[in-house]
Amino acid sequence: MTDTVPVHGTIGVSFTINGESFSVDIEARRSLSDVIREDAGLTGTHLGCEHGVCGACTVLLDGAPARSCLMLAVQADGADITTIEGLADGDQLHPVQQAMHEAHGFQCAFCAPGFLMSTLALLQENPSPSRDEIRAELSGNLCRCTGYETILNGVETAVTLMSGDDGGAS
Amino acid sequence: MKNPPFVYHRPESVAEAVALLAEHGDDAKVLAGGQSLLPTMALRLGPPAQLIDIGRIPGLGDITAGPHGTSIGALVRHAEAEHSADLRAHAPLIHEAMPLVGHRAIRTRGTVVGSIVHADPAAEMPAVALATGATVVAASADGERTIEAAAFFEGYLTTALRSDELVTEVRFPAWGPHLGGAVVEVSRRHGDYAMVGLACRLDVNGGEIVDAALAFFGVGSTPVRVPVAEAALLSRSPSKDAFEAAAVDVARELSPGADVHASSNYRRHVAGVLSRRGLATAASRIGVPA
Repeated sequence: MTDTVPVHGTIGVSFTINGESFSVDIEARRSLSDVIREDAGLTGTHLGCEHGVCGACTVLLDGAPARSCLMLAVQADGADITTIEGLADGDQLHPVQQAMHEAHGFQCAFCAPGFLMSTLALLQENPSPSRDEIRAELSGNLCRCTGYETILNGVETAVTLMSGDDGGAS
Repeated sequence: MKNPPFVYHRPESVAEAVALLAEHGDDAKVLAGGQSLLPTMALRLGPPAQLIDIGRIPGLGDITAGPHGTSIGALVRHAEAEHSADLRAHAPLIHEAMPLVGHRAIRTRGTVVGSIVHADPAAEMPAVALATGATVVAASADGERTIEAAAFFEGYLTTALRSDELVTEVRFPAWGPHLGGAVVEVSRRHGDYAMVGLACRLDVNGGEIVDAALAFFGVGSTPVRVPVAEAALLSRSPSKDAFEAAAVDVARELSPGADVHASSNYRRHVAGVLSRRGLATAASRIGVPA
């Protein structure tokens, strides 16, 4: 049977965020990004454009990168979502975060959560991309501060860190 | 940038979906991947009063690709098509277009069929559908009909689909070793819509071109073929000279528009360049397994 939700009516959605179950009743028009930020209280996922061009809202949806501003929360019902808050393990930064820190990748870091989630997705699929491949793969994430070179340096540093080859400096 | 209110429907079958479309027709939009629809809603450009989310309908997510042809269901994501070995082998033009579609995150959610139905003239899949002679399968409360790609794209973001119809799949003809194709484009940044793009298909038999399809995107209000340039290729051998001639013919035949991204002359010039490159690539692939 068709579910029908009238204007200003609510519908229940449930998904897993960073390994924890989350359920809420919301209007169908609410974006996934707004529900993550406002209802789940995870404000690390940022809103840069809210129409799908900047990538600041990127999360992992069942392991694949997705623009959370271009999803209705109801579409994520049953999904396994990872946000930027899910990367660090307590005080221990995830290697992509550690790498970006070491490379001074970001300035204001508003774009950072989106870049980090996209980087994580990239390196899960291709652990040793070339700089050109990184540039192409991250072309959907926009930054207004850096001019991108430091971010690319950070991703290359992450490649090194995650491959376990740190030049013997451990 | 927040969505306006709408009535939300989540049908669980094609029958339920087309019943909703029959009732709400012009007031309704279908939501599959949402990568084109949701931005327009966020920007409040003609938002629908009724949203019909087909994401839960079973049976629409199949890729069936083999030596006899390919069918792509309405819920097949670009990412799935990109990683499908069957598509790589049996529908190489679709496979080649996939990495050019938007960015990785867009491809996670957006659908191949959605891109065709949305009919952005600068998108890859409408041109691939046109170049390959694809068939759109449209369901409604009255039954099912098929629409050939050549008749499907009517204008800017406008297709032959009625407001009470739901596209359930798009079918592509069989590919074979006598065919070669290429999808090439020029855009400012990787992942941007193309300033000019080309999806082309060559059929070569006995050393002669017996069929040629050049479908350009980014040059008009729909994807555009060039019948005069295509006809001039017939009976020629797939040679550098033939493709140089085709490039000149294309530049003469096309009347691309101008906008903030590129002038008409630039597009005309690039279309010629892409013709030469695309046709050469297509020819090199004939007889070579994917």
